[in-house]
Amino acid sequence: MRILCCVKRVAAPGAKINVTDDGLAVDATHLGFATSPHEECGVEEAVQLTERHGGEVTVLTLGPPEAADQLRYAASVGAHHGVLVATDGSAWDPQRTAAALTEAIQDLEADDGPFDLLVFGNESADSGGFQVGVRVAYALGRPIVNGIKGIEVDSETDGGVVRARREIDGGFEVYELPMPAAVGVKEGLNLPRYPTMRGRLASKKLEVAEVASGAEPGGQSLVRLHRPREAVTETVVLGNGPEAAPAVVDVLEELGVL
Amino acid sequence: MLLVVLEHDRGSMDEAAREALTFGRGLATQMGVPLHGALIGADNAELVSEAGAYGAEAVYTVAHEVLADFGPEAWGETAAELVRRLNPEAVLAGGSERGNEIMAQVAARLDLPLVANCIEVQPDNGAGEWTMTRQQWGGSLLEDARLDSERPLLTTGLHAVAAERAESPVEPTVEAVVVELDQSLARTMVKDRVVLEAGVTLSTAPVVIGGGRGVGSPEAFAPLEELAAMLGGRVGCSRAVTNNGWRPHSDQVGQTGTRITPEIYIASGISGAIQHWVGAKASKHILAINIDPEANMVVKADWAVIADLHEMIPAITEEIKRRRA
Repeated sequence: MRILCCVKRVAAPGAKINVTDDGLAVDATHLGFATSPHEECGVEEAVQLTERHGGEVTVLTLGPPEAADQLRYAASVGAHHGVLVATDGSAWDPQRTAAALTEAIQDLEADDGPFDLLVFGNESADSGGFQVGVRVAYALGRPIVNGIKGIEVDSETDGGVVRARREIDGGFEVYELPMPAAVGVKEGLNLPRYPTMRGRLASKKLEVAEVASGAEPGGQSLVRLHRPREAVTETVVLGNGPEAAPAVVDVLEELGVL
Repeated sequence: MLLVVLEHDRGSMDEAAREALTFGRGLATQMGVPLHGALIGADNAELVSEAGAYGAEAVYTVAHEVLADFGPEAWGETAAELVRRLNPEAVLAGGSERGNEIMAQVAARLDLPLVANCIEVQPDNGAGEWTMTRQQWGGSLLEDARLDSERPLLTTGLHAVAAERAESPVEPTVEAVVVELDQSLARTMVKDRVVLEAGVTLSTAPVVIGGGRGVGSPEAFAPLEELAAMLGGRVGCSRAVTNNGWRPHSDQVGQTGTRITPEIYIASGISGAIQHWVGAKASKHILAINIDPEANMVVKADWAVIADLHEMIPAITEEIKRRRA
């Protein structure tokens, strides 16, 4: 199988997200960076699929030169190739991002043939536009379903079928996509492995292919980021230790949930 | 006209669609245009008056063989075709997973920008540019954005507005629209559904008992399960818990898990990182149990008990048993 996985480099937030002085980016000074969680699971799934069915995983990202770190991380857990569409670090809007990724995938496929499966995150953890994967899949004529938390590949049926599970309230839906296909995946698809020492060493040797994009900006543009006004909550402390149990049950009684 | 694409699952309207209609009412008034709704797929006859109760003056229904069940490509193409034919000034959907997915399909098919998860929108009224505030990081951060588009496509932030019926409900006019759809669009239609559990789920439970890293092990969730069962509720957990493999990911409350809306969320042993807070904040009330009085969850809760959850949860269960006896 040839699998392509798109990932995004995002800040790794803890209790609070700060914004840079110009209001155009998250201040990551004290945060560090990581792969957006849905996509981290996407890479793990792609690696597991090639472990079962053979083949190779190519990881593609669009971002500043430092986003090569996320490609190396993917290599450290088993991905084979890394491609970076380099930007100046400014946030690209969803249309422009999708156009650049589409172009990069077309170029990769022109050289080595079509990917059997394209894996996107359902939405990025930071800007959360909910659309890049769908736009790319549509431009390439591939079927895509979002919200996927389970993937099985059946290469025997009709030239290959991807059976994908989507979580719904109290159960899941099943889709059957003819390959070549695309999926938008979510965390919970698997539990991503940690890199091994050998993986880390191998990732240092990864040759990151860097490509440029001439994609034009789309219609949506960022003016500024700001933190929401937090409603100040006056927390009522009901007590310390188990003696507070009656006070807790009083609250439950008041709310009518008892 | 402002067109709202109404998400429903086999005849049951999604809360996000009601939120979109509520939001759309205000937006349509600002724009000085009527509010209309689109009902795609089978089994939607009963939803027409519900759309009217939320202020839709007209509803377009589309039925077709490839719309027999949900499929993002068929639903997206249908919504795109309605836009091509009806020429709405703007199109809106709820910010649920499906709502965002359908609108992404519409945006791709019409080659138009889509602004997802808006919480405030200022239409341009002829000046050429719309401005809006949208959610990033699941709502932990806000983005002021500009939109240059002949036909704005928008979704609302999930649970960012509460669904409210219109003061005076209308009985909408209904127009059944016939749309030609290629059979190939059925390739992404739901093939099968598997029900794992009947009854209340994490997103519908009136009470959620949450456990975090402080619970310590998969086994230590048993007292939380017992309390949840007594209250007709469900157990939820933080990302630290699912990352440790203590609970299935379907139990996760958070940005990458479920956004819960219970009457009360009892969060025990949860520090309250941004990722978790995003999933918990739409709860009507929050009670935190934590040994750390400075924990983010404690500071943001309506009520708190400073205690070890391993003692506190059984004590609450005992007290309920005592009162019920």
